[in-house]
Amino acid sequence: MARVLGTSIKRREDPALITGRGKYTDDLQAAGMAHAAIVRSPYAHARIRGIDTSAAEALPGVLAVLTARDVAAAGIPGVVPVGWLLPDLKTPAHPMIAADTVRHVGDAVAVVVAEDRYLARDAAERVAVDYEPLDAVADVVAALEDGAPAVHEEAPGNVAFDWEIGDSESVDAAFASAANTVELDLRNNRLIPHAIEPRAVLASFDSSTGEMTIHMTSQNPHVHRLLMTLASLGMPEHKVRIVAPEVGGGFGSKIHHYADEAIVGLCSMKLDRPVKWAATRTETNLTDAHGRDHSTHCALALDADGRITGLRVDTAAAMGAYLSTFAPAVPTYLYGTLMSGQYDIPAIHCHVTGVFTHTAPVDAYRGAGRPEATYVVERLMHLAGEATGLGPVEVRRRNFVPADAFPYQTQVALAYDSGNYGPAMDRALEMIGYDDLRTEQASRRGNGGGKLIGIGFSSYIEACGLAPSAVVGSLGAQAGQWESADVRVHPTASVTVYTGSSSHGQGHETTFSQIVADKLGIAPEAVEVIHGDTDLVQFGMGTYGSRSAAVGGSAIVKSVEKIIEKGKKIAAHLLEASAEDLEFEDGSFRVAGSPDRALALGDVALQAYLAHNYPDDLEPGLSATSFYDPANFTYPFGTHVCVVEVDTETGSIDLLRYAAVDDVGNVINPMIVDGQLHGGLAQGIGQALWENAVYDDSGQLVSGSLMDYAVPKIHNLIPFELDRTTTPCPHNPLGVKGVGEAGAIASPAAVVNAVVDALAPFGISHIDMPLTPEKVWRAVNG
Amino acid sequence: MTVSIQLEVNGKPVQATVEPRRLLVHFLREDLGLTGANIGCETSLCGACTVLVDGDAVKSCTMLAAQADGASVTTIEGLARNGDLHPLQEGFWEKHGLQCGYCTPGMILSANYLLAQNPSPSDEEIREGLKGNICRCTGYHNIVEAVKYAAERMS
Amino acid sequence: MYPAQFDYRRAGSVDEALGLLQEHEDAKLMAGGHSLIPMMKLRLAQPPVVIDIGRLDELKGIAEAGGSVRVGSLTTHADIAASDVLAAHCPVLAEAAGHIGDAQVRNRGTIGGNIAHADPGSDIPPVLVLLGASVHLQSPSGTRSVAAGDFFQDLLMTDVGEDEILTHVDVPALGAGTGSAYLKFEHPASGYAVVGAAASVTVQNGRCTAAGLVVGGVGAVPTAVDVSSLVGTDLSDDAIAAAASGLDAEDPIGDIFASGDYRVHVGKVYGKRALAAARDRA
Repeated sequence: MARVLGTSIKRREDPALITGRGKYTDDLQAAGMAHAAIVRSPYAHARIRGIDTSAAEALPGVLAVLTARDVAAAGIPGVVPVGWLLPDLKTPAHPMIAADTVRHVGDAVAVVVAEDRYLARDAAERVAVDYEPLDAVADVVAALEDGAPAVHEEAPGNVAFDWEIGDSESVDAAFASAANTVELDLRNNRLIPHAIEPRAVLASFDSSTGEMTIHMTSQNPHVHRLLMTLASLGMPEHKVRIVAPEVGGGFGSKIHHYADEAIVGLCSMKLDRPVKWAATRTETNLTDAHGRDHSTHCALALDADGRITGLRVDTAAAMGAYLSTFAPAVPTYLYGTLMSGQYDIPAIHCHVTGVFTHTAPVDAYRGAGRPEATYVVERLMHLAGEATGLGPVEVRRRNFVPADAFPYQTQVALAYDSGNYGPAMDRALEMIGYDDLRTEQASRRGNGGGKLIGIGFSSYIEACGLAPSAVVGSLGAQAGQWESADVRVHPTASVTVYTGSSSHGQGHETTFSQIVADKLGIAPEAVEVIHGDTDLVQFGMGTYGSRSAAVGGSAIVKSVEKIIEKGKKIAAHLLEASAEDLEFEDGSFRVAGSPDRALALGDVALQAYLAHNYPDDLEPGLSATSFYDPANFTYPFGTHVCVVEVDTETGSIDLLRYAAVDDVGNVINPMIVDGQLHGGLAQGIGQALWENAVYDDSGQLVSGSLMDYAVPKIHNLIPFELDRTTTPCPHNPLGVKGVGEAGAIASPAAVVNAVVDALAPFGISHIDMPLTPEKVWRAVNG
Repeated sequence: MTVSIQLEVNGKPVQATVEPRRLLVHFLREDLGLTGANIGCETSLCGACTVLVDGDAVKSCTMLAAQADGASVTTIEGLARNGDLHPLQEGFWEKHGLQCGYCTPGMILSANYLLAQNPSPSDEEIREGLKGNICRCTGYHNIVEAVKYAAERMS
Repeated sequence: MYPAQFDYRRAGSVDEALGLLQEHEDAKLMAGGHSLIPMMKLRLAQPPVVIDIGRLDELKGIAEAGGSVRVGSLTTHADIAASDVLAAHCPVLAEAAGHIGDAQVRNRGTIGGNIAHADPGSDIPPVLVLLGASVHLQSPSGTRSVAAGDFFQDLLMTDVGEDEILTHVDVPALGAGTGSAYLKFEHPASGYAVVGAAASVTVQNGRCTAAGLVVGGVGAVPTAVDVSSLVGTDLSDDAIAAAASGLDAEDPIGDIFASGDYRVHVGKVYGKRALAAARDRA
C-alpha cells in the first residue's frame, strides 16, 4: 500500500470551499433569527454618566436594547475572565458590558437587537450615551510614567505584573568581563490579527430546555464553553453547546473569550430567539485582541572569540485595557523562556513588566511571544556579527548549541529535546547563493548607485505544544494543555475520528485522516474527522500554538494503538492464537511466522460489533478515547535568509528573495506544511514592512481599517523558496513538531536584518518596525 | 421606500423588492442564500465579496442591489458547470491555493476576470491582477500557482 | 457597513437628473458609486436621496475630435486604461487610470465620480491638470467648462455646483515628439497615491521645447511644478533633477504613513523620475 504519511494529498476540505458551499458563522440562518449591533465607546477612557435607550427602542423593528443594568438584572457573573495567572497579577474585573467606565475605544456599552441587521445599526446610532471623557494613555512606555492616567485603580502605575526569569547576577558578571557588548532599544510593533473573516456569533437559546447553542468563530469551542460557564454567562456547562462551523482564519484572535459572545448569548436568553452578531472589519479591529506591542532594552555580551557570555532583556509589554484570556502568558512563559534561541548562552536574564493601557487587549497572535523573543535575539546576533567582525553567519555558527549537546538545558527553563542547527544554515546559504550575493552587494556599494542590497538572517527556535499540563499549571495556566481523540472503527472498518483540535484553515481533516490511514492501513477516504462541536467531541483544547499535529495528532495515534491492541485480542481469539503472537501490518492482523493466518481489519471490526465469536473477557466494540499529555514542548527550528533592495533616495524596500529552511520534524502532508510556512512568512514580513496598529495620544485607533493598516497584498510579496531538514521530535509518536507559526516567528528579524545590512554604509544599526519608506529615508538622511 | 429589481443570477431570473440601501452582497447572501460571496471589510479593499456583474469583476459590497437591476450576476455558486469544477476551482484545489477558504470565492472570481482579459498572464500580471483581493492565510504563493494551473488548462 | 436609509431615483437622461437634483435638497449623484457608497457605508455620508446616473449612456465613451479627446464622465477607469484612442493621443491618462485601486474598482469607478470626489490621493487629477484638460458641467441654466487646474479647489472640494452634473472631460491630445509618464508611490494599505507624478516633455531636434510636471498627493489639490527651466536644454538628468526640485507645497498633507515633508521629498524624486521616463518616451 502506498505511503500516506509524508504525501501531499489534496485537501478534503476544499470542494465545499471552492464552490461557495462552506458555511461560516455569518452564513447561518436560524428560524426567527434577530440581529444584534453592539454600541461601543468612541472614547478611550470615559465615565458613563447615563444612557438613554428610548430613541432606539422607539424604532419599529427594534426588539431590545440592553445595558450593564440588564446584565446585573440577569443575575449572571457578567465578567470576562483571564485564563492564566502569574504571581501578584492584578486582575481587575472586565465587565461584559461597561457599567461606569469605558477603558478603550470599542468597549461595549449597550447592545441593540432588531429584526434586520441594517435596522440594528440604525438603532445603535440612536442610543445616546452621556460620557465624561477622561485622560487616556495608549502607549506602553507612557503608561509607566509617573502621573500617567490610571487604567484601573487596582493596578498602581498601570503595572499588571512584574516577572523575571534567569539569573541577573551571572548576567552582570558576564557583561563585566565581556570583550564585546552590543545593545539595542527596540519596539515590537502592535499588530491587528486580521483574520479575513471578522468575528461572529449566532446564539440560540431554547427556554423550553434551558439549552443554549452558540455557533461562533472559535479556535477552541470547549475552552469558550468552559469560560462562558465559569464566568460571563454562568450557565451550566452541559446546557451549552458551542459549534465552530467553517472559521475564516484565526491566528490567535479566535482563541480568546470576548465579551461579544456572552452579550449575544444574553440577548438570545432575554428574547428567547436566535440572535446573530457579525462584526464589521472596523469593529473587529477595535476589539480583537491585538498582538506584540513591546518596548525592550536588550544587550548581549561576548568573549574575545565571539562566544556569547550573557544576554540581558528588559521589556514593557502592553496588556491593553483588560487581561485577555491568555494575555499574561504571552510576554512571559512564551517569551522569556525562548531567549536562548539556537545558542548556547551561559547566562540569561529577562525582566518583563505587564502594562495596562487604554487600548484593545493584547494577547496571542501568530507566534505569541516567540516572534518577539526571536526578534530580540536575532537582531542582537546581527549586531554581534558586526561588532565582532565575524559577520552574521559565523557568529551564529560559533554559538549554535552543538548537535551532540541535546537534550540541552537552557538558562531560561526550557530543555530542548533535539536539534541540529548547522545543516539548516548550510542549506539556506546554498539556496540563496550567499557568496555571489555578497559580491553583488559590494559592487553596488562601490558604484555609488542609490539601490543597495542587503542580506538578513534569522536562525530561530520555536517551542510549540505547551506541555505537560502539570508544568503548565504550575506556571499559572487555568487549563490543561493535553489533547483528546476518540477514534471509532465502524463495523465495516471505516473510521470516524473525534478530535479536540479545531481546524480553521489548517486542513486537519486531511492531515488527521492521513495519520489514521497510515496507522490502520486503510485509505484516507475511509476516515472521517469531526471537530469543532462541544456536543459531538469529548472535551478538547483546540487549535493554537502550532499544537495540533504534535498534541492532537499524537492523541489520535494513542487511540489507534489502543484499537490495534484490542483488535489483536479479537483476532487472536478468531485465529486461535495467542495475542502476543499477533502483528498488525498493512491493515491485517497476522500470526507472526504464519503469513496465511491473518484477518483483515474489517473482519475484526465486524466481529467486535457482532460479538458472536468473541473473547469472554473483552467488551464489544472497537473504539478508543485518549487524552494525550505530551512530555515536553516540541522545538522546531530553522534558518531564514531575506534579500532586499533599498532605494536610498526614497527609503522604499523591495523584497528580492526569501529562502527558508525549516526543521519541523516529520512531515505528514508536505503541501499543507509549506502552505503554513507561506502564510506565516507573509504575516512576519507584513509586521516588518507594513503592519502597524497606531493609537494616537487620545487613544483613538488611527489604523483601524484596511485604508490605513496594511495587510500584505499579493503584488507586494514574492515567491518563497522553501526547503527542510528533518530532525524528528523524539518524544511523540509521530516525530512531528509544529509549523503554524514558524514563518511569523523567523521572518521579522530576517527582513529587518537585511535592511540594516543594506544600510551598513550609512552606519545604521537599527530601525523600528514597520520599516516604512519614510523611516528608512530619515535614517539614511540622519 | 423600496425598489423593484429584476436580474439574472447564475443564469436564473430573479425578481425582488429591496430597500435602496441594500448592498448587492447582502441581497445575494441573505435574500438569495448565496453565501459564497463573503464580507471581510467595509472599505472596498479585501475583495472577499467579489462577483461578476455582466462579466466584470465587481466588489458586491460597493454596489447597491438596485444598481444591479437588469444585470447578469455570477457568483461562485454559478461557476461550476454541470457539476464539473471550473479550471480555477480545480487549480485552487490542486495547488493548495486556499486555507480557511473565506477569501477564495472572491479570489477565484477575480482570477476568472483576469484570465478573461489575459489568458496567459505572467506571474507579475497575476499578482497585479489580483491586488484587489486579500488573503491572510496563504501568503499568495500558491494562489499564483493555482491561477497558472488554470490558465494552462484553459488555453 | 450598513448605509442609512435613503430614497433612490434613477435618472433616464441628463435633463431628468438635473430636474431631480433641483427637486431634492441635499441629494447626491451616484455614478459608479465607488466614492459615495464607501462613505455611506461608514455613515460619513447620509444623503436623503441618491440619484443614480449610472445608466446614462450619453455620458459614457471616449472619442477624439479636433485635437482633443472627449471622455464621458461615466467612463470607467477600466475603459480609460484600455482605450486605444487614449493610448494614441493621451497615453498618460490611460497609464494613470490603470494605477487606480484594483481591477474591481476600475470596473465600476468612473472618471467623473473620481474627480468630483477629489481625493488628494487619486491618480487622475494630476494628469488632467498636466494635460490642460477642461471639465464640462451642465446645469438647468446651461453648460460651462472649467480648466482642470481651477476645478480642484481644496481637499475633497471642487467647482461642481449643487445644481450641476459633470458631463465630460476634454483632454488635449499630446503632439508629436511628446513623451509622458505617470509614476505612483502607492500607499500599501489604501492603494491610493502617496505621491503621483505626472510629467510630459516635448523634444524637437534633441532640445526640449515644452515640459510639464504635476504632482498629486502632496497638497490638497494637484501641485504644478514650474519646470520651464528645461525648455531649451537637452534634458540631462541634472537638468531634470534641478527642475523637479522646484516642487513646493506650503502646507503638505500627511498621515501616519508619510508626513508632509516626506511627501514633498518623494514628490521631487518621483517628479524627476517621471520627467526622465517622459523624456525616454519622447
